[in-house]
Amino acid sequence: MKGLRFLTAFLLCSLIAVPVTAANNEPIKIGAILGVTGPAANLGKPEANTLEMLTADINKKGGINGRKIQLIIKDSAASPEKAISFAKQLIDEDKVIAIIGPSTSGESMKIKGIADDGKTILLSCAAAEAIVVPVKKYIFKTPQNDRFAAMKIFYQMNKMGIKEIAVLSSNTGFGNAGKQQLETIAPQYGINIVANEVYDKEATDLSAVITKVKTAGAQAIVNWSIEPAQSIVIKNARQALGPDFPIFQSHGFGNINYVKAAGPAADGVIFPAGRLLIADILPNTNKQKPVLLKYKKSYEALYKEEASTFGGHAYDAFAILVEGIKKAGTDNEKLRNEIENMKGLVGTAGIFNFSPADHNGLNMDSFVMLTVKNGKFVPLPDTPVKKK
Amino acid sequence: MRPVDASSLYLINGMGIETFFQYIIAGITYGTIYAIVAIGFNIIYNATGIINFAQGEFVMLGAMTAVTLNEYMPLPAAIICAVIITMAVGALIETLFIRWLKNPAVLRLTIITIGLSILIRETALHIWGAGVRSLPYFTGTAVTTISIGDVLVSPQILWVIGVSGIMVLILSFFFNYTLAGKQMRACASNSNAARLCGINAKNMVSLSFILSAGIGALAGCVVCPITYVQYDSGTSLAIKGFTVAILGGLGNSTSAIAAGMILGIMESFSIWIMPTAYKDVIAITLLLLILFVRPSGLFGNAETSRLKEF
Amino acid sequence: MLRNKNFQIGLLAFIVIAVQLMITFTGKTPYLTQLTMTGYYSMVIIGLTLLMGYTGQISLGHAGFFAIGGYTSALLTTFNMLPYRSKPLISLLENVGVLTLRKDLYEMDILTVTPWAACIAAVILSVLIAWIIGRPVLKLKGHYLAMATLGFGTIIYKIVLATTFLGAADGLSDIPGFSLFPGLEVSGKSSIRIENYYIAWGLVIVSMILLTNLIHSRVGRALRSIHAAEDASNAMGVNTAQYKLKIFILSAALASLGGVFLTHFNGGIGPSEASIMKSVRYVAIVAIGGMANLWGALFMGVLLNFLSLRGYLGSFDDAVFGAILIIIMLFAPDGLLNKDLFTGIWFKLKRLAWKKVNTE
Repeated sequence: MKGLRFLTAFLLCSLIAVPVTAANNEPIKIGAILGVTGPAANLGKPEANTLEMLTADINKKGGINGRKIQLIIKDSAASPEKAISFAKQLIDEDKVIAIIGPSTSGESMKIKGIADDGKTILLSCAAAEAIVVPVKKYIFKTPQNDRFAAMKIFYQMNKMGIKEIAVLSSNTGFGNAGKQQLETIAPQYGINIVANEVYDKEATDLSAVITKVKTAGAQAIVNWSIEPAQSIVIKNARQALGPDFPIFQSHGFGNINYVKAAGPAADGVIFPAGRLLIADILPNTNKQKPVLLKYKKSYEALYKEEASTFGGHAYDAFAILVEGIKKAGTDNEKLRNEIENMKGLVGTAGIFNFSPADHNGLNMDSFVMLTVKNGKFVPLPDTPVKKK
Repeated sequence: MRPVDASSLYLINGMGIETFFQYIIAGITYGTIYAIVAIGFNIIYNATGIINFAQGEFVMLGAMTAVTLNEYMPLPAAIICAVIITMAVGALIETLFIRWLKNPAVLRLTIITIGLSILIRETALHIWGAGVRSLPYFTGTAVTTISIGDVLVSPQILWVIGVSGIMVLILSFFFNYTLAGKQMRACASNSNAARLCGINAKNMVSLSFILSAGIGALAGCVVCPITYVQYDSGTSLAIKGFTVAILGGLGNSTSAIAAGMILGIMESFSIWIMPTAYKDVIAITLLLLILFVRPSGLFGNAETSRLKEF
Repeated sequence: MLRNKNFQIGLLAFIVIAVQLMITFTGKTPYLTQLTMTGYYSMVIIGLTLLMGYTGQISLGHAGFFAIGGYTSALLTTFNMLPYRSKPLISLLENVGVLTLRKDLYEMDILTVTPWAACIAAVILSVLIAWIIGRPVLKLKGHYLAMATLGFGTIIYKIVLATTFLGAADGLSDIPGFSLFPGLEVSGKSSIRIENYYIAWGLVIVSMILLTNLIHSRVGRALRSIHAAEDASNAMGVNTAQYKLKIFILSAALASLGGVFLTHFNGGIGPSEASIMKSVRYVAIVAIGGMANLWGALFMGVLLNFLSLRGYLGSFDDAVFGAILIIIMLFAPDGLLNKDLFTGIWFKLKRLAWKKVNTE
């Protein structure tokens, strides 16, 4: 229904807008490969929704420099082989100017080479650092690096005096990337990983894993996943380890549904996230606040569901692209150079400052530490440093 | 912060007795969930010889419907309505896709149920979206625990065990002491002979679908606070349920419970020795080994298992 | 004439060439990419048809063999052995030509196994695994057999997902092209699209020649007797266990060969290739094709995979697949490309026309 209404609105708008734009101005084609269905649907769906909303929005206003945007969304269902096929299609046949997505790191790694060979800009919505490190000429990504999230978490642990931790992650691309970062960075903060477990993304109960963590003597749990299992982890941990046991989550926790699912168990969970989740309570001086509020309100009004940071990654990718096209037009090479040198673009994940060496453009400041209080996301109050 | 203090009894290196029981409890939790799905498999299998791959989807449908209804009515009413709605879906599926076929091969029907499971899952995605949902805990909240000695148990686990126990009792009563139940068993052992005795075999098949849909839905509602539910949670449950049904010997619900416990505890202890990531690998490898040694399941009878084939 | 196997193969070759020419003339060359991928999936499908249709053994784990092929080849051709170059075994392998020094995506030198050696290793590995598990698995019947193969598929899927050096959930990327011989390479470069189309379909045609000859030989007759009545054929002196095992191994080899080639063509492989849903799809395609109908399965496989890989089905990919599966099983359980079905429809149409003429 929603889609239908949306489509009619879209068609009406384009009907009205036709006489305004000159007939010889062909639409700008933008491709998107997203896991709208399948195992990454909780990433792909909000991403697809966001892109559709933004495209309709821009086209209603007459497009970019008088040219409409034609968005081609392909549903990869998070399968690399489909992503590969779609990337080739978008590049060779549709001749898109850029591809937004894919939603998962595995897919992004597979089509990285294809996009680069085809001289087509790829704005990945997946977090793994390997996508942009080492830098490939045409490949960018919009989510914050996992490394920053891990560093934020460890910094907080240092303040709380936590030394021995358990790392839990799901067997997905998101979990895997986070696990690797945690393993690499932990020694720098003097933190020792005493248990390191990967669980199935479809796990229905994790109490046995928690028992293992308990036996290992961890002082805190860090969980890295994007599946419902992350709520199960919290619940099982609270049941076995008590309400005050420190539980840290990744930025994948930034979806209020998981808090609702875990109920009172979610209270006190600490996690890093983009500022989208606390847009309402940000100080007015914050540069991101207007962008965040605008995205959040329009998304929630249109789709009747809470805006998530994942949709935000697609928002950022789209905003970067639009900004680039406005300034540099639609020439591949010029557009790429424009994006590579883009500075100070305010997005939902943070403020993007790209450079030839950094195709992510975000820094550690793009994350804030949040916690859950009475079923709501709130900024983590400053923790006094614990002395031992 | 080490919870295992030196005074506690050590069974095996590093494992205290309460840790041991904690693993057992976790195993029982997994096992009950699997067994309850396996029972649904068995009912339809007994009536028709079909492995209904859409059984997991009944579980998902029951839980999803209950979550949606719970917004408008109290929990018990929501669960009852969800069970009834899912039973209706079961009846509908049977009438639309199974009932009118003349002498269908079992393999054909099984493949139809695979198709059905895919269709139901995708429909659920388009109705409910990809988000995770859950029902509130029946007693207490997500953090409530009951301690039995040093072992902590969530009350919901007791609910799951209790409801499955009652379900098995009612089922065995139904199959052994009621006319409809006896008729269903007659159809299971020889549907031609049953028909000759005046039993309406087609109705028995419908009944089996309605019954297993209802059981699946109820199971879904009871486990939902523990496992949560989303559109695709049926598939993995179905695979586990199928595994347990086979392990116990197809068609036997009591042994399905035993098999469920064995698989659950096996999985739980595999976590203790091995990385959790390999949990399913270990469980299924052991299962295959058992299957190779006893091709009719742990408690199955070689003679009866030969009767039902593709 | 349609019964003649040489004619059938000739027709397939003709269609393959005709499709390429048609596509090139209409300027739709990029379509060849998906047709090439489809060709490699067809390898699994025809192998599975032989297993399911001609020996009556179901396998819900064939995606596992595809993945074993793909992953083995992917791992061997990307695992850098340069740090171990001084080890005697490694230098021996390098001198024999099994290892090769090449540049990776970032222009760094790496020492890896050559694709040829990797391909052979991959096929040998899957044959070995099929041989080991085939014996006990094929003793099982009915639902127990389905469970065992499903279990095998699940094990492979979970191992792939859990193992870090197989890339866990991300899979393996940056896999080099497979140079069959100088000037002919299996890779996704758009400049050699037509060559790759012919490599894929050449492979399918060769496999089809092999399989059709097998079916029309003594072995084929023995196989059909197994399907019809295993005990009876056993009594007639057919070593049914041996035949079943051989066919199982052959279908595993075909699947893994498809996996190897597709992985080099795509330049990467992910765990989704090993998933249960993939295995189920293969079984479903065989069922839709008509179980013991190689040509039917091949046609349905190409059609459905092509539509799916082109993204025509959008978010309804799985749903459409499920719906087709149900409809075919309800109304045409012997497959869509079934002679009886066509003659049946033809007969009904004729009767309808006849009625109409008469009532007028």
